[in-house]
Amino acid sequence: MLKELFANQLALGCGQAAVVTLLALTVMLLARQRNIHLERDTIVALVRGIVQITAVGSILVLLLRGPAWTSIFLLTGMILAAAGMSAGRSKGMPKSFQVSLYAIGAGAGSVIALMTWAGVIDTRITSLVPIGSMLIANAMNTNSLVMNRFRSEVESHAGLIETGLALGAESKQTVVPYVQISVQASLIPAIDSLRSLGIVWIPGLMAGMLLSGARPIYAAIYQFVTISMIFSSSGLTALICSLLIRSAAFSAAEQLTLRPLPVPVRAVGRSV
Amino acid sequence: MTIEVRKGEVLVIVGPSGAGKSSFLRLLNRLDEPTGGMVWLEGVDYQQIPPRELRRRIGMVTQTAYLFPGTIADNLRFGPLQQGSELPAKTIEELLTQVGLAGRAEEDIAHLSGGEAQRVSAARALANTPEVLLLDEPTSALDAEATGEVEKLILTVVRQNALTGVMVSHDLAQAARVADRVMVMSKGKLEKIGTANEVINAEGALR
Repeated sequence: MLKELFANQLALGCGQAAVVTLLALTVMLLARQRNIHLERDTIVALVRGIVQITAVGSILVLLLRGPAWTSIFLLTGMILAAAGMSAGRSKGMPKSFQVSLYAIGAGAGSVIALMTWAGVIDTRITSLVPIGSMLIANAMNTNSLVMNRFRSEVESHAGLIETGLALGAESKQTVVPYVQISVQASLIPAIDSLRSLGIVWIPGLMAGMLLSGARPIYAAIYQFVTISMIFSSSGLTALICSLLIRSAAFSAAEQLTLRPLPVPVRAVGRSV
Repeated sequence: MTIEVRKGEVLVIVGPSGAGKSSFLRLLNRLDEPTGGMVWLEGVDYQQIPPRELRRRIGMVTQTAYLFPGTIADNLRFGPLQQGSELPAKTIEELLTQVGLAGRAEEDIAHLSGGEAQRVSAARALANTPEVLLLDEPTSALDAEATGEVEKLILTVVRQNALTGVMVSHDLAQAARVADRVMVMSKGKLEKIGTANEVINAEGALR
């Protein structure tokens, strides 16, 4: 229907963006009816998403014509932004930005560097930046999941953790079960992606490769390569994050510093 | 506030909700960090004692027992294991006899009543051979019968093990039954301190 309404590709893109925005807003309103308030997050995410991807898309057109070394700056910028966003998702978590930066940087950064060195990722900027960004974005999601799950586990087991401390246990030992749960839970999406590859979903990258003339079997194998890299960088990020948050949750005197956030009070009724 | 807790005595801290009783207790084993002032243990500034060693020497029994999943014996072994030592079965049995749970070492903690859980919690703290025992409203979640039993138990273990006890309670009558001295706190400050008789009159009201 849209294709008949819009003559050029840019107008068609705008039309498609408007339709999916309406769809997202409808979901948000349905959630609101159930008293689940996603309004602010959804609207901010939609506006940021379209502005960011359009801006980056425009810049990328210029940058992708540049020398390969510029990809290092692009990927570093992405890691910094990912750390900032992940930290923002983990309010109340001490040292959340440092933890996120080190975990995503070491997790995704090392996989990108190693795989580029091994020749799995092409050094051309047009290949390195998109694949690197996928690894960073997934590492960011995993990092947020680890931190959020760890925080909620520690908050719900604070009594048991402090009992361990009061009995002379090493602070890091008192949270071992919650670290394990957090890492396992955070890797469910990455493992499921790998497991369901080709059956439940076919990544967009494969369609792109086919369109650009790659052999179908190579395009298929490369999807496995990409998703495996995502799993490895996410797993590494989760492990590094789990090591760092264990320390971040306690003070130097082995006191639990990760405390429940105050619950916001929503006014009920109306003023007269 | 400046107070001294004498070796072997039971000091009970009373005061209204929000007076800072539990916060004060948590400062004593450094679960919270004081923003000012000093705490001395046996004449040593407690900041000079490594936190894990300090907490081994100052045991704590909380309002909720917070038992670790497993058996009663597993819970008793926990503290000594942190110091790298295995608690002998004989010692476990002696501790359980002391708290009235003889012969139940291998019982799963899931089957315990509130009073029994609190007894295990006390035995677990004692397994670390502390010098001081902090008790944060240990009977507030128990019924009247269990409260009486746990009170009796506290006095017995403190006396038998020559411990110094610091207990938080919201119940003046309990303070009168248990305390050598009573300390009254209000809004984070020391109101008065003295023997139970000096602080509480015959009707159970504050003097």
